[in-house]
Amino acid sequence: MSDWGTIGSGAGVETTVLGADEILINMGPQHPSTHGVLRVKLKLDGEKIVSSECIIGYLHRGVEKIAEYRTYQQFAPYVDRMDYVAAVSNGLGYCEAVEKLLGAEAPPRAKVVRTILTELQRIASHLLWLGTHALDIGALTPLFYCFREREEILKIFEKYCGARLTTHAFRIGGLQYETYDGFEQDVTRFCKDFGGKVDEYEQLLTGNRIWLERTKGIGVLTAEQAIAIGATGPVLRGSGVKWDIRKAMPYAAYAQFEFDIPVGKRGDTFDRYMVRMEEMRQSRRICMQAVEQIPAGPILGKVGKVLKPAPGEVYHSIEAPKGELGYYVVSDGTVQPYRVRIRPPSFINLQAFDQMARGHLVADVVAIIGTLDIVLGEVDR
Amino acid sequence: MIDLLIRFFAPHLVPLIIVLVVVLVLPLLAGYVVLLERKVMADIQARLGPMRVGPHGLLQPIADAVKLLLKEDIIPENADRFLFWIAPLISVTAAMVAFAGLTFAPGKYEFFGHLNTVAVADLNIGILFIVAVSSMGIFGIVLGGWASNSHYSLLGALRSSAQMVSYETAAGMALISGLLLAGSLSTRAIVEKQAAEGVWYVFFAPLAFFIYMVASIAETNRAPFDLPEAESELVAGYMTEFSGFRWALYFLAEYCNMIVVAGIATTVFLGGWLRPFEGTREADFLDLAPTVIFLGFAGYCLWRVPRQFEKIHKIVLSIFAGLCFVIAAALALPVTVQPAWKPVLHGVFWFLAKVVAYLYAFMWFRFTFPRYRFDQLMRLGWQWMIPVSIVHVMMLGLALVLQRPPQQGGLGWAWWQGMLVSTGGTLLVAAWLGALGERRTQRIAESGV
Repeated sequence: MSDWGTIGSGAGVETTVLGADEILINMGPQHPSTHGVLRVKLKLDGEKIVSSECIIGYLHRGVEKIAEYRTYQQFAPYVDRMDYVAAVSNGLGYCEAVEKLLGAEAPPRAKVVRTILTELQRIASHLLWLGTHALDIGALTPLFYCFREREEILKIFEKYCGARLTTHAFRIGGLQYETYDGFEQDVTRFCKDFGGKVDEYEQLLTGNRIWLERTKGIGVLTAEQAIAIGATGPVLRGSGVKWDIRKAMPYAAYAQFEFDIPVGKRGDTFDRYMVRMEEMRQSRRICMQAVEQIPAGPILGKVGKVLKPAPGEVYHSIEAPKGELGYYVVSDGTVQPYRVRIRPPSFINLQAFDQMARGHLVADVVAIIGTLDIVLGEVDR
Repeated sequence: MIDLLIRFFAPHLVPLIIVLVVVLVLPLLAGYVVLLERKVMADIQARLGPMRVGPHGLLQPIADAVKLLLKEDIIPENADRFLFWIAPLISVTAAMVAFAGLTFAPGKYEFFGHLNTVAVADLNIGILFIVAVSSMGIFGIVLGGWASNSHYSLLGALRSSAQMVSYETAAGMALISGLLLAGSLSTRAIVEKQAAEGVWYVFFAPLAFFIYMVASIAETNRAPFDLPEAESELVAGYMTEFSGFRWALYFLAEYCNMIVVAGIATTVFLGGWLRPFEGTREADFLDLAPTVIFLGFAGYCLWRVPRQFEKIHKIVLSIFAGLCFVIAAALALPVTVQPAWKPVLHGVFWFLAKVVAYLYAFMWFRFTFPRYRFDQLMRLGWQWMIPVSIVHVMMLGLALVLQRPPQQGGLGWAWWQGMLVSTGGTLLVAAWLGALGERRTQRIAESGV
C-alpha cells in the first residue's frame, strides 16, 4: 500500500488502479462523516470493500509527553482535550489515578457528585453519538433532538463549573467547586424529562425498516474478535460480553447504586445501537438514585497544595462512555509525573474497523465508523 | 406591419406568456420551495430555520440566489471543459421543458381569435412528452459527473443514472395505471375524465399512486433515496466539483423536477385543477377556501409586523401581507362578481395547492427516514416496485373489463368494486412475492452462503 500514485489529481481524491477492477479510494481526513480527521484508505471491488486501512495522527498533540513537563495539577485540564465530548469522564479517570498514587481518597460527597456528573456526561456523549450516527445513515432529524437534550446537560455543567465542553470539573482529591444552589433540582428535572426522550429517539429509529436494513448484520464483531482486539465499552458489550468496569471494579460511588449492564447478541451495528440506547436509560437511573442521596460533608480530601507522590506506579481505569479509559501514571518522587500513559478506548476500538468493514459496501463504512463512536482527539492524543 | 406581427404571434401569445412565467417565475418559486423546505425541516427538527434575511427568512432565497450568482466559478483543471459547461444546462433545460406539457386549469379561451388552453402546449401525448423530456435530465447528471474527472462525482453519477433508470420503469407503470383509467395521454383529457367520473384516480388506484410517489422520490434523487448525493458517503455526488452558478443550475433542476413530478401526480391521480368534491353542491363553501387561506396568510403577516425589531423587516413583512391580500382579493373575484374567471383562477390555485401538498410529503419523508443503501434501493426497485406495478396494471385492466356494462361483456360494476378487486389482487400478489423473498433469505441464511 505504499505507492499511491499521483497525489492530488482530480480534486483531492488520490487513486491508483491496482490489478483488474479494484480501485483505491481515500476517505478523509476532510470528509463529512469521518468524525474529525480520520483518514481511511479503502480498496474497493466495485462498491465492495476488499480491505481498508485507518490512518491516524492528524490530531496528535503529544498529550502524554506534555504530562512529563507539567505538575500533576497542571496536567489535569489537558486530559479534557482528549475525548472532548466526554471531558468530565477523562478528568475523573485522571484524578482517581493520581489519588490512587497519592494514597488519598475523595470524600463521599465528592464521590457521589462525581458519579452524577460523569453519568450525565455519558448521556451527553451517547447523545452526540446517536445524532451523528443517525445523520451518517441519513436520518437528519434525531441530531437536533439529541442536541436539544445535550444542551440541558451542558447547561448543568456550565452552571457547575463555568465551562461546557472542556470542563475540568474535578480536582485531585475531590471536587473543584461546591455544587450550586438548585443543582439537585436541575439534575432531577433533566432526568424526569429525559426518560420519555429516549423513547422518542427510539420511535424514530428502532422500528424503522430502513434503519434496520442499514444496521442489522452490518459490521459484525464476534465476542472472540472483540476480546482479541481489546475492545471495550459498548463495542464489546454489543458483541455479548458482559464487561463493565463500573460493576467489575467499582470506582467513584458506583457500588452504591443499582443499574444493569445491557448486552447485545450478534455484535452488529444494531446491537451496539440498542446497547447505547439502554445505557442512556441506565445512566439516567443512576443519576436519579444518586441525586437523592448526596451526602453532606467536605468536597476535598486531605491532599497537599504541592503534590509529590512517593516513587511508584499505578494503573487506574474507568468506564468512559466509549470504553475502558486507563491511566498508567509513574512517579519518580518529584512534582511532575515521570510518565503518563493513557489507554484511550477509541484508539483500541478503532482497530476493529478493518474486520468489521470487509465485505461491506462503501455506504456501510460511515455506519461502521459511526457505530465505533470514535473521537479523534482521543485516538491521536 | 404591426397587423402582420399580431397575426403571426396571436396563436402563440398565451403559450409565450406561460413560457415567460415559467422561465422567470420558476427559479423564484424553486427558491421559495427551498425556503419552505428549510422551514418544514426546522419545524420537524424543533428549531426556527432561517430568520435573519428578511422577516422569518422571507428574503433568504433571493440572498442565496445573489450569492450563488456572484460566486467564483471554478472549473477543475482536469475536467472536460465543454461537457462541464453544458451538463448543468441539459439538466435544467430538460426540467423546464417538461412544464410545457402540464395543463394548469380547465377549458379553452378565445384570445385574439384563437382558442387556447391554460398550458404551453395542449399535447395529445402530454404525459408521454413530460416523462420523455424529464428523463433527458439524466444526461446532465451523467455527463456532469463524468466531466468532473473525480471519483466521488463519477460514483455519484453512476448511482444516479442506475437509480433513475430503474425507478423510471416503476413510475411509468404506475402512470400507465392512471392512463388506463383515463384512456388518454393528454393532461387536459385526464383531468376532464376524472371530473366526469366524479372520482380522483388516487381513490380508484391508491396502489398506483403510492408506487408513483415512492418512485418519483427515487427519480428526483430525494431522501430516503438520495444516494447520488449522499453527503455522508459521496460528499455531494455528481455535484461535488461544481460551484457557483453551475451548482445553482443543478439545484434548480432538482427542484424543478420535484415540481414536475408533483404536477404529474396531481394531474393523473389528484384530479389536477379540480376542487375537492367538485360538483357537489353541499361542498360549494370550499370555493371560499382559497380566499380564506390567503387572508389568513395576510393576517398572520400583519400580526407579526409589530413584532419585528428592524424597520426593514417591518416593511418587507407589510409588503408580503399586501401581496397575500391582493391574491386573496383576486381569488375572491370568482365567488363574487366574476364567476366566469373561476375555472382559471381557482383551477390554478387548486393545482398549485395539490403540488405543494405533494412536495410537503416529500419533505416530510426526507426528514423522517434514514437513507437506503444502494443495493437495498435497487432490490426495492427491481424486486418490488416493478413487479407490483406491472401486476397492478393487469389487475386494473381486469377491473375495467368488469366495469363495462353487460352488453359489452362486463358485469357493470361500480368503480369502487373495481378498485377493491384490483387493489386486493395486487396486494395478494405482493404478499406472495414477499413470502417468496422471505423464504429465499432464509434458504440463503441456512446454507450459509
